[in-house]
Amino acid sequence: MTDILTPVLTANWDQADSFTMAGYKRDGGYTAVPKALAMQPDDVIATVKASGLRGRGGAGFPTGVKWSFIPQGDGKPHYLTVNADESEPGTCKDIPLMMANPHVLLEGIIITCFAIRASHAFIYIRGEVLHVIRRLQLAVAEAYEAGYLGKNILGTGFDLDVVVHPGAGAYICGEETALLTSLEGYRGLPRNRPPFPAVEGLYASPTVINNVESIASVPGIINNGPEWFEGIGTEKSKGHGIFSLSGHVANPGQFEAPLGITLRELIDLAGGMRAGHRLKFWTPGGSSTPILTDQHLDVPLDFEGVGGAGSMLGTRALQIFDDTTCVLRAALRWTEFYQHESCGKCTPCREGSWWLVQAIQRLENGQGNDEDLETILDVSDNIVGRAFCALGDAAPVPIQSAIRYFRDEIIQHQKEGGCPFDPAASTLWADQAKASR
Amino acid sequence: MAFSDDALTRLRADAAEIIGRYPKARSALLPLLHLVQSEEGYVSGDGIAFCAEALGISETEVRGVATFYTMYKHEPAAEYQVGVCTNTLCAIMGGDQIYKELAGHLGADGEEAEHGHADIKSPDGKVGLERVECNAACDYAPVVMVNWEFFDSQTPETAKQLVDDLRAGNPVSPTRGPKRLCTWKEASRVLAGFGDGQAGDGPSAGPASLLGLKIAKERGWEAPRP
Repeated sequence: MTDILTPVLTANWDQADSFTMAGYKRDGGYTAVPKALAMQPDDVIATVKASGLRGRGGAGFPTGVKWSFIPQGDGKPHYLTVNADESEPGTCKDIPLMMANPHVLLEGIIITCFAIRASHAFIYIRGEVLHVIRRLQLAVAEAYEAGYLGKNILGTGFDLDVVVHPGAGAYICGEETALLTSLEGYRGLPRNRPPFPAVEGLYASPTVINNVESIASVPGIINNGPEWFEGIGTEKSKGHGIFSLSGHVANPGQFEAPLGITLRELIDLAGGMRAGHRLKFWTPGGSSTPILTDQHLDVPLDFEGVGGAGSMLGTRALQIFDDTTCVLRAALRWTEFYQHESCGKCTPCREGSWWLVQAIQRLENGQGNDEDLETILDVSDNIVGRAFCALGDAAPVPIQSAIRYFRDEIIQHQKEGGCPFDPAASTLWADQAKASR
Repeated sequence: MAFSDDALTRLRADAAEIIGRYPKARSALLPLLHLVQSEEGYVSGDGIAFCAEALGISETEVRGVATFYTMYKHEPAAEYQVGVCTNTLCAIMGGDQIYKELAGHLGADGEEAEHGHADIKSPDGKVGLERVECNAACDYAPVVMVNWEFFDSQTPETAKQLVDDLRAGNPVSPTRGPKRLCTWKEASRVLAGFGDGQAGDGPSAGPASLLGLKIAKERGWEAPRP
């Protein structure tokens, strides 16, 4: 039985120099690189496969399996692209990870590139996080200086260049094929699959795209063995993951735990809900995962558990909303986000997200009617499965799941001719304001 | 205003370095747009022409890319671009109220402050105000960004003080970032890949980032030993 929290990637974050080469090495950093480089590349892939590591960016595809799709001996250059575009509303794990511990990501990149026979890696990081970009730039410079990057790494004959590539503000670029299009210097539009990036990715060459936390988990697997990683978590969801609690809990924060921890346990660690309030709804993994309610406090937060409850584990971005929050207001704002971020390539997403916003706005203002509800459900059905990429498929998720659990509250808006909630009661300072009165 | 000869010489050297990072030159377009933004504070027609020339592509192609991404400004940005997160979580935690009060503080009228999406700029050109989407700091909600540095756990009062300090030229430090807040142009240069030597400033992590680790240490919880 493992402990309730299992800090691995977060274990050194409280050290003042955790982001430097010296700080990282003091805690055992860069010991996995010589081990991996002494192995056969295929054995590194087999080790990661055996660990059961599944992608930490939301979809949960087995990382080692993804690597094994890269054709070998094809004479083409191979690329690793790290998806550090963390922009899914509520998601805030990769950004503090790269701020506090960028070298664990770099160590993972070196091992991954060796395994898939790539000599060029790109960290596609969203541009809106300047200090995190500085930390990555510093870490890359230190790694070149120390001989972990560049030519003939540790005398093994393995060459690797890493480029930190800041984006420029576009949620769609977190979608892996849009990310590649953007990295090639174009508007970030998604591409058709097949061909999959493993066959034709960056510059039409075999490319692995992995989330930051996935790659950062690799050094631990190499150092401690796949059995160690497999021993953490649940039957089909192995290992440690960072769970991000935000919103109406007493103490929001980051918690690195075995997959399968429950929201009840996490809220307890966060000091409970805000005093005097109860949980109303929450997202398990960002705004693209259907909301859940207080019925789901004991659902194991792993891929199967959350899937079984009708949502998705996603990025473990637990946005917690209490009884002061209007679910329509939340769903409207998320839908406006998808409308704003729609790339415009396909009609269902571009037009559908616009129609959804109009109808939800009427409902929230208390000017809606039953026809609006039907329109929303009909438009949603015409987006899901018909959009070009996952952004479109996600656009109806907030309102669909809000209707699933809170139809009565939505109807209440119509009866009252407006929103029955006071937004001031939901703010961070609502309780202080009450106390001072 | 066209670039001076000096500026062109400097920018061409920087552009060559940026292009040299990539197996294919076109990949350099996003950092090149950050580079021209660092020179003028926005992506001007001259900036677009410069990128097109550097990559041997048409100005239309460059413009098509520049208009897709929200971080590129098409009018001169303020020295300090203040972005209030009004995505759902921050909005509900108070981001909507912060935006509204800041907009009013900068002279916007009620309707514009309440529902406006247009960028607002202080008359002295020092401070620009915009809504931003989720900036991956939700455990510090409500979040305000200035030139893409984190100002965590804001209230209407702290945000108004922040704007007043920026306008008065008082020193301002991000919550998790460098001691000295850089200007919009300086920030754009870091985004183009040219470090400013400030990576070592600031904490490794903020208190919310450390909460789980702190509890684990107090209770003796750790990952299994191999």
